[in-house]
Amino acid sequence: MTSASPRSAAVTGLGALTPLGPDVDALEEGLLSGRSGVRLLDEPEFADLPARLAATVDLDGRLERVEARTLDRVQQVALVAAREAWAHAGTPDVAPERLAVVIGSGIGGALTILGQDQVLREKGPRRVSPHLVPMLMPNGPAATVGLEIGARAGVHCPVSACASGAEALAVALELLRSGRADVVVAGGAEACVHPLPLAGFAQMRALSTRHDDPQGASRPYDKQRDGFVLGEGAGVLVLETEEHAAARGATVHAHLAGAGLASDAHHVTAPDPSGAGAARSIAAALKDAGLTATDIGHVNAHATSTPLGDIAEVRALHAALGDHRPAVTATKSCTGHLLGAAGAVEAVATVLALRSGVVPAIRNLDDPDDEADIDAVRTVPRELAHDAALSTSFGFGGHDVSLVLTR
Amino acid sequence: MTTASTLSRTELIAGLAEVLEEVAGTPADKVVPEATFDGDLDVDSLTMVEVVVACEERFDVRIPDEALEGLRTVGDAVDFISGAAK
Repeated sequence: MTSASPRSAAVTGLGALTPLGPDVDALEEGLLSGRSGVRLLDEPEFADLPARLAATVDLDGRLERVEARTLDRVQQVALVAAREAWAHAGTPDVAPERLAVVIGSGIGGALTILGQDQVLREKGPRRVSPHLVPMLMPNGPAATVGLEIGARAGVHCPVSACASGAEALAVALELLRSGRADVVVAGGAEACVHPLPLAGFAQMRALSTRHDDPQGASRPYDKQRDGFVLGEGAGVLVLETEEHAAARGATVHAHLAGAGLASDAHHVTAPDPSGAGAARSIAAALKDAGLTATDIGHVNAHATSTPLGDIAEVRALHAALGDHRPAVTATKSCTGHLLGAAGAVEAVATVLALRSGVVPAIRNLDDPDDEADIDAVRTVPRELAHDAALSTSFGFGGHDVSLVLTR
Repeated sequence: MTTASTLSRTELIAGLAEVLEEVAGTPADKVVPEATFDGDLDVDSLTMVEVVVACEERFDVRIPDEALEGLRTVGDAVDFISGAAK
């Protein structure tokens, strides 16, 4: 079964800059060894915050100084991951008019807007950077990557909070299916580790405050979970029409077989406890891929480690998959929650698990919640040769996006 | 801060070269009087605003937007800065 189909896209390049390390290899090694990228924010500006945990990336030396100074950190992480993915794909020879970019972000250039607000207050309007607007706009990462590779078939930026990265891949799949592009560089980027967003998430009581055990703080499905850990980074995939990938003899790492989108219309931030919208997105993704529940070997769950969200998703999985209980992993237990980059990084992780036949374990799942009636991969990675996997992403605003990837 | 009135033309060019290196990565040897900002030095309009602001701070002068039009080359900028500094 699986492999290429008339409606699938070939995944020919992977890139990831994550709290687990500088590239896709570091992500794979980190997930399989169960490393945590979470740390205590001990810098003075975070001292007064009720939640002081984050999973940050190391950008030192990744970009030229002059290149970096006109790019917000979210654009920088996107560019680093896109360069890796583009090189990994073998820098495809494609007409610019047939090359598109779709890079989502949940927050955009928050660090620039906050930093320049301070410049405005302290030094006045004539000291505000002329690069402010292109650095703060949410489509900045997409625009930066589009300029980098010379994409002229369209540059897009889905914004759907924590579903942005997954939605970007869904949009990319449509661009390829509809014939608007032959190659799409798609993913998500986020970089908003700053006291203000952290304070805002903390006021929602959405963040873990397990300060005495940072690496144990992100613990999806565990009874002791108390919120998510804010992460930063980017994930980028190079997607091509199957024909284009085959014609140039590209190495195909997996296929994006289907995408399903829905919305809750329940509450702006709280998950629908029934998981109905999430379930509809999963069912839609399966149908879009031409598969059924029993084809799914593993799920890379959204599972952010919040008390309500994790269980709502369990209900969604049951509603959409019936009695089928695929292996479930939750890689945010290692990476933290990369918001608008999460869906893209997790799509990369899903491709890696399909390719290697090894599903990473959920870190910190010591005592599973009684309601987490799932086949969770715990303690050690699980060898599981399988042909199809599901990756789910849900965002504030009630956005539900599910992706089906195949080997 | 150094006031432009005390600087020679050569010193002004050297100072401008440092500004251009900082904001645009321009090699110092390209910063010669006849070099155009948008052509020879590849300084786009946004970066030019940064160059202006940095020069205002460095040389303690005011470069109004109306003057920007006339600053096509490094030489134009040096002339303006030395003329503005009284």
